[in-house]
Amino acid sequence: MSIKVLFFASLREQLGQDHSEVAWQADLTAAQVWCLATGQARLPEQVLMACNQEYCQGDSLIADGAEVAFFPPVTGG
Amino acid sequence: MIDIGVREHGFNPWNELTTFQQQPDFIAGKSGANAVFVGTMRDFNEGDTVHAMTLEHYPAMTGRQLETLVREAAARFGLDHVLLRHRVGDILPGDPIVLVAVWSAHRGASFDACRQMMEMLKHHAPFWKREALSDGSHRWVERNTAG
Repeated sequence: MSIKVLFFASLREQLGQDHSEVAWQADLTAAQVWCLATGQARLPEQVLMACNQEYCQGDSLIADGAEVAFFPPVTGG
Repeated sequence: MIDIGVREHGFNPWNELTTFQQQPDFIAGKSGANAVFVGTMRDFNEGDTVHAMTLEHYPAMTGRQLETLVREAAARFGLDHVLLRHRVGDILPGDPIVLVAVWSAHRGASFDACRQMMEMLKHHAPFWKREALSDGSHRWVERNTAG
């Protein structure tokens, strides 16, 4: 009954952690996972997120056991 | 044939192309057009000299995103072969970062597919660049150039 949370790049440095874990609950959204994992009141606008390695939105529902990742805009290539 | 790889060490795009085309299931003569894009590291960005760079990624997601964008382009443009390489780790100016090569029956599909895959990669594949500047400081690249 938990969610694995990952942080990448500048977000990882700002938060001082590359991963966390939060307890799953019914109707849990990605934005709520961010708040629970970081202690912040809201999800910053620029932050991108993925659930089980697929892009999702702040209001996406998160299933128990999922891996949720938060990261800044991507800059590869 | 589709061949996608993320490289933790330096790669030579031209050797990669040669190796790819020597594989038994590469059908020479089937395609009439081959377009290649190679992206290398610049030594300048946002008006500053950049000495080195580190490319970070989200390994579990990178592979899925690259495969999705390659398969979408292959289906849309009717591609015969696609080769994609992307570098991660510590790099220096001039080092190759990305290689996209496509083969199709005619030139239009090859040019357009190459461009589409690069744009999809730059906007969706989870890679991040961290630059080392001449004053010893570091900064994360916050946005793509216009292209």
